[in-house]
Amino acid sequence: MYNHILSIILFTPLVGAIILLFVPKENEDAIRWIANIFALAGFLVSLPLVPWFWAQASSPERFKFVEGAANNWIPTIGAGYYLGIDGISFLLIMLTTLLGWVSILSSWTAIENRVKEYYVWFLILQTGMLGVFMGLDFFLFFVFWEAMLVPMYLLIGIWGGPRKLYAAIKFFLYTLAGSVLMLLGILFLYFHHHTVTGVYTFSIPALYETAPKIYSDPAYGPTIATLLFLSFFFAFAIKVPMFPFHTWLPDAHVEAPTAGSVILAGILLKMGTYGFIRFSLPFFPDVITHTKVRIWMIVLSIIAIIYGALVSLMQKDMKKLVAYSSVSHLGFCTLGIFALTPLALAGSVLQQFNHGISTGALFLIVGILYERRHTREIAEYGGISNVMPIYATITMIMFLSSMGLPLLNGFIGEFTILQGTFMENWRWGAWAVPGVVLAAAYLLWLYQRVFFGTVTNPKNEKLHDLTPREVFTFVPLLIMAFWIGLAPKPFFQILEQPVNQLVQNVRNPQAGSAVNAVLQAPGSEEVSTTSTENLRATKEKN
Amino acid sequence: MGGLAYNWNDYVLALPITLLALFSIGILLIDLMIPPETKWANAVTALIGVVFSAAGVYKIQLMLDQRHSAGTIGMMRTVIMDRFALYFFYLFLAGTAVAILMSIRYMKDEHENHGEYYALMLLSVIGMMCMAAGGDIVLIFIGLELMAISTYVLVGFLRRDRRSNEAALKYLLLGAFSSGIFAYGLSLFYGLTGHTNLIDINRELTRILAHEPHNPVAIIALLTTITGLLFKIAAIPFHQWAPDAYEGAPTSITGFMSVAVKAAGWAMLLRILLWGLYPMRTIWVPMLVFVSIATMTGANFAALTQTNTKRLLAYSSIAHVGYMLLGMVAGSATEFSIDGLKGILVYLLVYTFMNLGAFGVITSLRHRNVIGDELDDLNGLYARAPVEAVLMLIFLLSLAGIPPLAGFWGKYFIFFSLIESGHYALAALGVLYSVFGLYYYLKMANAMFMSQPEGGRLPVSWSMRIALAVTGFATVFIGIMPEKFIDIVNWTLGMPQGATTARLFVR
Repeated sequence: MYNHILSIILFTPLVGAIILLFVPKENEDAIRWIANIFALAGFLVSLPLVPWFWAQASSPERFKFVEGAANNWIPTIGAGYYLGIDGISFLLIMLTTLLGWVSILSSWTAIENRVKEYYVWFLILQTGMLGVFMGLDFFLFFVFWEAMLVPMYLLIGIWGGPRKLYAAIKFFLYTLAGSVLMLLGILFLYFHHHTVTGVYTFSIPALYETAPKIYSDPAYGPTIATLLFLSFFFAFAIKVPMFPFHTWLPDAHVEAPTAGSVILAGILLKMGTYGFIRFSLPFFPDVITHTKVRIWMIVLSIIAIIYGALVSLMQKDMKKLVAYSSVSHLGFCTLGIFALTPLALAGSVLQQFNHGISTGALFLIVGILYERRHTREIAEYGGISNVMPIYATITMIMFLSSMGLPLLNGFIGEFTILQGTFMENWRWGAWAVPGVVLAAAYLLWLYQRVFFGTVTNPKNEKLHDLTPREVFTFVPLLIMAFWIGLAPKPFFQILEQPVNQLVQNVRNPQAGSAVNAVLQAPGSEEVSTTSTENLRATKEKN
Repeated sequence: MGGLAYNWNDYVLALPITLLALFSIGILLIDLMIPPETKWANAVTALIGVVFSAAGVYKIQLMLDQRHSAGTIGMMRTVIMDRFALYFFYLFLAGTAVAILMSIRYMKDEHENHGEYYALMLLSVIGMMCMAAGGDIVLIFIGLELMAISTYVLVGFLRRDRRSNEAALKYLLLGAFSSGIFAYGLSLFYGLTGHTNLIDINRELTRILAHEPHNPVAIIALLTTITGLLFKIAAIPFHQWAPDAYEGAPTSITGFMSVAVKAAGWAMLLRILLWGLYPMRTIWVPMLVFVSIATMTGANFAALTQTNTKRLLAYSSIAHVGYMLLGMVAGSATEFSIDGLKGILVYLLVYTFMNLGAFGVITSLRHRNVIGDELDDLNGLYARAPVEAVLMLIFLLSLAGIPPLAGFWGKYFIFFSLIESGHYALAALGVLYSVFGLYYYLKMANAMFMSQPEGGRLPVSWSMRIALAVTGFATVFIGIMPEKFIDIVNWTLGMPQGATTARLFVR
């Protein structure tokens, strides 16, 4: 099992989907049970990875648990079933298995028609997403990257809200438009690798060796390298989504069923940032450090942070508010990536994990109200804390986590990003800070309007509080939120090696993969003391 | 090459064609003898004919393998029987077999269950084989006409349906017109070079163009010839006949036309441009660039607004021609790209299955009083026939080029060949148009999965199930395990494992 752990994690949901195909569709409870069992199994089989990965977290090789080979799938073109993870993908995989389980659990009563299809597509989606984070073969990665669009499209299109068709098609076309350009980029790197080495291969570690040389190769030069960077950039920027490419997101999030939104925000968006980290940084170090590309990325990230937060502030629909808050939070993540300090990058990865936990929970929270009242208009609610006290408490914790309050996860991520960015250029950090304040503003204001005061709308008087199942869906998320908030050190230790290596490679590509200068991992105690003061100071100013 | 005598070799080379001819005549005779209830026997006979013919092709393949040769020339140098031809033979036969399976219930529902239908299909395959294996422009032209005339009749086979009649007439007029232009071009080449054999034409053209690179007669001849060729593969601006003919024809014939007839057009185009007119590559490449951009643009935009599924798929198949033409463009000014050619061959292979599958699903919508070719007829198909709906989704996504389905591989090799030869802008344009394509395929998927069903469960005949199972399996299997099929195409191009140059030309 040790050697095939990645395959097992990858295919457990798919096996569940195949088994579900043979269950008659009238038997809805059986379908729900089987789907939940496999979702839970998908999470459980990923748990052994935690101690195993921990044991070799600081071993020097870049990818661990490598499985398969670079050309064992389609030898003629050099594509392989080739899996492997490092600290970054490890965290995202754990996030995927956890959120996949939580969102399938949360769908128990939310989905009432075409139950069987729903779970089948959901489980297939789960496999697709895991494949994206595990693939070490560019081709395999691309297959998962594209194939996972199909179930998501159907989830939005069949079980979505009133404008589901529009949202589903927009989502599909938008993301596909970005990724086909990436395909051309991949093909170029593949072809370039062949001209340099005489070998056709899609192996990502192999391409790491040749792709950075395109910039200084007289046959191609900076222009081609920049174009290549852009071909990848569009795919990832649309997925993240970065500022001018974010318009699909509010539509898709608002129309998707609750669990779909959780997965969209929690995991699909991370594929974009993961792409930047896994491909854009190591493939095009010179483009990032020697051209204006980097400053553009920073500017777009800062715009996303401020703009996303401002737009959130003005929303009348709760789900849309959460959707736009994702734009803002993901802006922090991309800022952390392109700040190019190990600290900021580690913070960015951790913040991606945090965002999955917090925003996933926020979508569940909105979904619970929607399931009871079938409306998400903020104006329809008020004084909910009187009728649903448990719900209100959990919501409060999750809101605080999302806005980055100390002791909770969001704080650690955002603070580390800002700290790392300040180290690189204090102006970038200064521009991003208002995002933190605005996040507090839109979330607290939302909380005040929905939960505080007396019950204004008579329809809300009879709302019943959370059922045990619903509470149970939040438990893992709450545990993670507190864990990261109180003791983030293990997370940083996992990230330390890949992040240092990555930043070093980008800053100094000639040095190769030798990582000797290991940057000190941000200790949790140190971080939390200094940062609490800073943040408090910022908040008092406003 | 030896005189006017035929030898044993020639009879073997003609085996697949002879067998098909015998079976088609046989069907016409048997049809007279069997009662109306057992008309399905005609289809069975036709299927057996296809199998026998495939065995004949295999016999030739074995013969070539025994001699370790990539191909042989026979029938007084009119036939080039190389692996390229064999590949297309198999493709035609596979497409025809599936189309026959699709037809059985459909033609019965249309009350047009006559033996001629299957006989004509087999006859048109004979024409296609002559086009694919033709080494002489006379044989190619005769093959083209045999195929075209059979198809004209098949398009108009629904005598009581006015759309079908109209389509047949349009197709006949425009087809005859284009054949005329094509023949004119070929006759100019004959006049210029004094030969009808493609290899001789190639040699003479090289000599003539060496003296005079822009020989006006050669250019006019090329223009008219290429017009005829583009007409047959329905590339814009010579595509006008396609949507009408596709819409009016019996749906099973639309499927047949969109794969087998189209593949034959491609075989002819490749034969003529790569064997005969290869010296003029510098002249025809810019033309094809223009045509391919026009085709992708025009077809993708036109498809957006279609409400008839057959017309929509007609425009989609025109768009696919645009992508395939890019494979001809790939390569340098004077040297074609073997990867581009590989892309075209792979594309035709996967296209045969996915497009026939899609037409198969549409064919099965026809029953009793429902014609079943409007977009609305797909509404709620998932509730009415879940397996078919999922298969249709697979075909549509494959047409859109989503991995890991077969359609992706066609596009993969085409775009790779473009990247390889530095045509970055064309590649970017091509992939962006393929995103465009997804939109109208999703329109059909939306109707199937997200609309309310009209009507009860859809009955699907056994022969149709077999047809859909074959096409669906091929679409998924080629997509996930393409290794074997890439090897077949490499074999076709005479590429030893991993080699980059092909021994394409039989001397």
